[in-house]
Amino acid sequence: MFQVPSLSDLNVAAALPAVVLALGACVFLVVDLFVPRERKHITAWLTAGGLSVSLVLALLSLTDVVTFGDGEEAFFGMYIADQFTDMVNVIVLVTSLLGVMVAYNYLDRTNMQRGEYYYLLLFTTAGVMFMGAAGDLVVVFVALELLSIPLYILTGFRRPQEQSEESAMKYFLLGAFSSAFLVYGLALVYGATGTSNLREIWQAVDSMVAGDTSAQFLLLTGAGLSLVGLGFKVAAVPFHMWTPDVYQGAPTSVVAYMSVAAKVGGFAALLRVLVAGMPNFMLDNGTSAAWMDVTWLLAAATMIVGNFIAIVQSDLKRLLAYSSIAHAGYILIGVAAAGVPRVADEATQAVLIYLMAYAFTNVGAFSVIIAVERDDASNTGLSSMRGLARTQPLLAAAMAVFMLSLTGIPLTAGFVGKWFVFKAAIAADLIPVAVIGVLTSVLSAYYYLRIVWMMYFEDGDGEAATPRPLAWAIGISAIGTLVFGFLPYLLSDMAREITLAFGG
Amino acid sequence: MENFFDLVPLVVFVPLVGLLINLFTGKHLGERGVGIVAVGASGIAFLISLLLWLAQVDTGYKPVVVDLPLFSDWISIPAAGVEIPWQFRVDTLSVTMMMAVTFVGTVIHLYAVGYMHGDERFPRFFVYMNLFLVFMLILVTGNNFLMMFVGWEGVGLCSYLLIGFWFDKPGGVGWKNSDAARKAFIVNRVGDFGLVLGVLITFWTFGTLDFYKPDELPMAAHHAAEAAEEPVFAPEIPHEAEPHIEGPMGVFNQAEVWLEEGGHDVNFGMFSLSFESTITVITLLFLLGATGKSAQIPLFVWLPDAMAGPTPVSALIHAATMVTAGVYMMVRSNVFYHASDAASFVVALIGATTAIVAGFIAVGQWDIKRVLAYSTISQLGFMVAAVGVGAYAAAMFHLVTHAFFKALLFLGSGSVIHGMEHGHHHVAHGGHDHDDEFDPQDMRYMGGLRHKMPRTYWTYLFGTLALAGIIPFAGFWSKDEILLDALKAGVDDARLEGYLAFVLLVMAAAFTAFYMWRQMALVFYGKPRHAAAEHAEESSNLMVYPLIVLAFFSLVIGVINVPSGFPILGAIFGEHEFTSWLEHAVTYAHAASFNVLLASFAVVLALVAIYVARAIYNDRALETLGQQDPLELDERTEGLFAVAKAKLYWDDAYFKYLIFPYRRAAYWLAEQLDWRFWHDYVHKTVIQKNFHIATEFLTQPVDKGIIDRGFNSLGRLMQIIAQRIRVIQTGYVRTYAWTVLLGTLLVVFIILFPVIRGMLGL
Repeated sequence: MFQVPSLSDLNVAAALPAVVLALGACVFLVVDLFVPRERKHITAWLTAGGLSVSLVLALLSLTDVVTFGDGEEAFFGMYIADQFTDMVNVIVLVTSLLGVMVAYNYLDRTNMQRGEYYYLLLFTTAGVMFMGAAGDLVVVFVALELLSIPLYILTGFRRPQEQSEESAMKYFLLGAFSSAFLVYGLALVYGATGTSNLREIWQAVDSMVAGDTSAQFLLLTGAGLSLVGLGFKVAAVPFHMWTPDVYQGAPTSVVAYMSVAAKVGGFAALLRVLVAGMPNFMLDNGTSAAWMDVTWLLAAATMIVGNFIAIVQSDLKRLLAYSSIAHAGYILIGVAAAGVPRVADEATQAVLIYLMAYAFTNVGAFSVIIAVERDDASNTGLSSMRGLARTQPLLAAAMAVFMLSLTGIPLTAGFVGKWFVFKAAIAADLIPVAVIGVLTSVLSAYYYLRIVWMMYFEDGDGEAATPRPLAWAIGISAIGTLVFGFLPYLLSDMAREITLAFGG
Repeated sequence: MENFFDLVPLVVFVPLVGLLINLFTGKHLGERGVGIVAVGASGIAFLISLLLWLAQVDTGYKPVVVDLPLFSDWISIPAAGVEIPWQFRVDTLSVTMMMAVTFVGTVIHLYAVGYMHGDERFPRFFVYMNLFLVFMLILVTGNNFLMMFVGWEGVGLCSYLLIGFWFDKPGGVGWKNSDAARKAFIVNRVGDFGLVLGVLITFWTFGTLDFYKPDELPMAAHHAAEAAEEPVFAPEIPHEAEPHIEGPMGVFNQAEVWLEEGGHDVNFGMFSLSFESTITVITLLFLLGATGKSAQIPLFVWLPDAMAGPTPVSALIHAATMVTAGVYMMVRSNVFYHASDAASFVVALIGATTAIVAGFIAVGQWDIKRVLAYSTISQLGFMVAAVGVGAYAAAMFHLVTHAFFKALLFLGSGSVIHGMEHGHHHVAHGGHDHDDEFDPQDMRYMGGLRHKMPRTYWTYLFGTLALAGIIPFAGFWSKDEILLDALKAGVDDARLEGYLAFVLLVMAAAFTAFYMWRQMALVFYGKPRHAAAEHAEESSNLMVYPLIVLAFFSLVIGVINVPSGFPILGAIFGEHEFTSWLEHAVTYAHAASFNVLLASFAVVLALVAIYVARAIYNDRALETLGQQDPLELDERTEGLFAVAKAKLYWDDAYFKYLIFPYRRAAYWLAEQLDWRFWHDYVHKTVIQKNFHIATEFLTQPVDKGIIDRGFNSLGRLMQIIAQRIRVIQTGYVRTYAWTVLLGTLLVVFIILFPVIRGMLGL
């Protein structure tokens, strides 16, 4: 007889941070109907409150102060609540909170203050959280859509402005296109292993007969297509072309959030599928996973292309778009390094550390753009940075910190992230790609430091406005960037116990 | 009550919170708010100390080590074996210090609210005062030498900040104040250098800086615990090493074991010393530290100048608490001092000599606070001498009683100064001539204040009698114990320093009584000698009530340590309670029994000295007092007075033999060596010229020609490449979709490549 599973069978408590957030989003959606247009700050506060509750829960769980639920699996293995999930949750929730802070005034002055902004933000955040916790291919896909669809809407949030609508359309079409590849890839993986559960996939791969070429063929294609679908989300070359157009067209507050959140979700899912699901998928008794080579090739291409094109950009948002592509490349190094079982844990931790560092730095950088952007979305050119140090010394100092961190100068969080990723790469014998990483970092100094130069040594109006919540966000980001830069062990301690291995 | 001990971090944190509140919101709180916060913080710290005391009593005086959460690995370098945790130590010694510091501190904070009224930097003053409490409490509660050192430096800093608190007074006074502050800081640096060196050698020798590890008992305390029923006087010193202490040991127990075993050497790399000699070196270096902070010969010169600070500062820091840090440190290290006869000899002589020298100088001073400053130095000399003759409990006892009556005297003098300033103000506004010569601290302008400020007078009298050592005031008990112990060290243990210290200290005691009564006479008796004194008024209640509290304690605090064999009082209050209490933390504390002969001798001597003072500074002498002292007018004492007035030429000698030669050497080095030789010749001729030639070469052909051109071409190349790649960024979705598709095919091809190759048999 079929029995309805109870809450404790489902082990809902284990998924508490995500569940709280998802339910909260549904509730706020209804509540928002009763909030008058001119008082949307209520919705903003509610959203921030929901995010904070979830963040506290995730932090408690990450630091092992409280253990939610019974064991690490919920919803019959569909949801995995381990340290990895907790860390992903913390990163995306911090990003999301900062996202709400930077959005509030921006929406007000650009006349976009509509409640749906906030709960769409909550939905995509929930999507990221589920991606990080996915224990099943189906969850990976559903969560990806939960992440993507609100982002499509948010990208076009500035309707009826043409640029915004155009970018939303582009993002949507290409997103749908790449999602198809992902589904196809997941289906092939299912075909090869006969299951969609990651743990069972791992077991199936383990027992896969070495010479079973057709199964290998399916699995390889499946892994490759998953890489494509998720690579699109994180803006890896050659699936990156949408990024500059979308970043330029979308409202800046959305970009600040999505440039980090989509990456967090994409990489979390990539790690779940590749590193947790098929780390043992080796061909011909090799020592590294079959998907490793293509991953590091993508990483190398992404770093090179991203950094090179960024040099010639004259618009800040476009420049940071290419910068974000380049950073996807650095993170991909970590994913590739995880292909060597011996360094899988170290590499996974490196990726999370990088993402944490990147979250503070990148949201901060975009917040500064929000501060200089005019109500009609103009003044985002590089020239808007000229003379900023004179008119807005604190803002300029914060921007300088973010730029140094993106470059990867020591004593900033960005350096810490790069350090761990390169260290993992060297441990995994991926020395060429680590070298490319270091060289392209040097290259990136050219355009990052040019911004610092313009702020401090060139004359200009340097107009900017930093009302309260935005200033908080910039302050928090700058402090986070510096604190993690000065005290790197905070990050490495946070990630120390994370492992993706099943049965480990 | 065991868990009361966990409160001990709060003793430090509460004043810290208080100072942070005042630091950030002091401007808005107003004087009243600032005062409440500062006094409250100090008061709460006192209450916590009180609880700790109760807990100590309740748990049988067991020493406890409390970890500070988050800070427990303060300095930890596992590879080098360096482990210095941030731990608080609650034992009878530290609780004694905590109670004295916080109680006197609270009373003085309260007084300061009245004293500093109207000062433009009122909040800042209390921030510094609370900061001082924080550091002082770290100093006395730390469980290792390094924490003690942190507190030691911290109180030094506060002392500096507060001495120079009025650095901006007009008319050159500000300069004098800041000079005094610098002097204190620099002189203390000499002492601190000794302390640091001592601490470093301690670490080198023992591999740890902890006094005792957690759960470790002082060795002699075992005995005390066994004989808990009857208080142990002169506890037996353990002559068998006690190897049953397992695990790591703190420095003191290690020292006990090593001394017991004998024959150990400490290797210092290039040479090695026997363990006993090492202890002597350490203790002498510690003594150097103590001579700085506790103002002993030869470093005492800063303390009189330190009176430039506001009077509550003089009372709290430069009389009652901070300056006793050196004594505390030596009592804490009593195991070391007990082990080294040579060091004890030096300590006793330094202390006793300081006592007599400072007592002598005090006779020749005109500034009311300066007299008290020299008196403080002299009394600290008593304590240090007590340490030297092995009377650690007596030293602590005198420290506690002295804290009360010296704080009282300073606060009283502050009240007098306040009254004089008030009177002067009154005169100045009353249309009289405003004379610039007037100094509210100069006793020559005072006189007759007994009737103007009766409450200040009575409390001051109490303080004077306590300091002079008249029975039953507090000073009598503690001073008597020190004298007795000194004599006993001479007679019983045949130690030369015992006799020497006894003789010097008895003379110092006589001087004490004499100069204090001189001060009483000059300030309070006779008739007013200046219009300001004529119009002086009693200070506000906020200032007078603390005086009364302190006067009460100056009268009665002595009963905490009634010597054995004392009639009546001993039966009521118990005999040497304080010593028995200290024995649980201070291994070599021992009590003395009462000696009628000596006590009577000391009291009679003090009374005689007072009588002599009364005779010299009689009403007639006071009435005709001009700018000169009666002693100066009498040709028999003229010379001696001049010497005392000139502070024994001590400061002058420093100037003449240290500072001037130092300056001359510095000038010479600056002029000849640095400017002529180093700057003109080496820099300009040798380095600059050659450097020019080298840089010229490097800039022109190398940098501009090769490197710059190379990088410029590289940059241009990059831009060209970037422009090329950028072309495919068309903005059309179809292009993007095509690239995605092509990329996908590429990815799939690459990932399948090994399999395809296998299938094709390549």
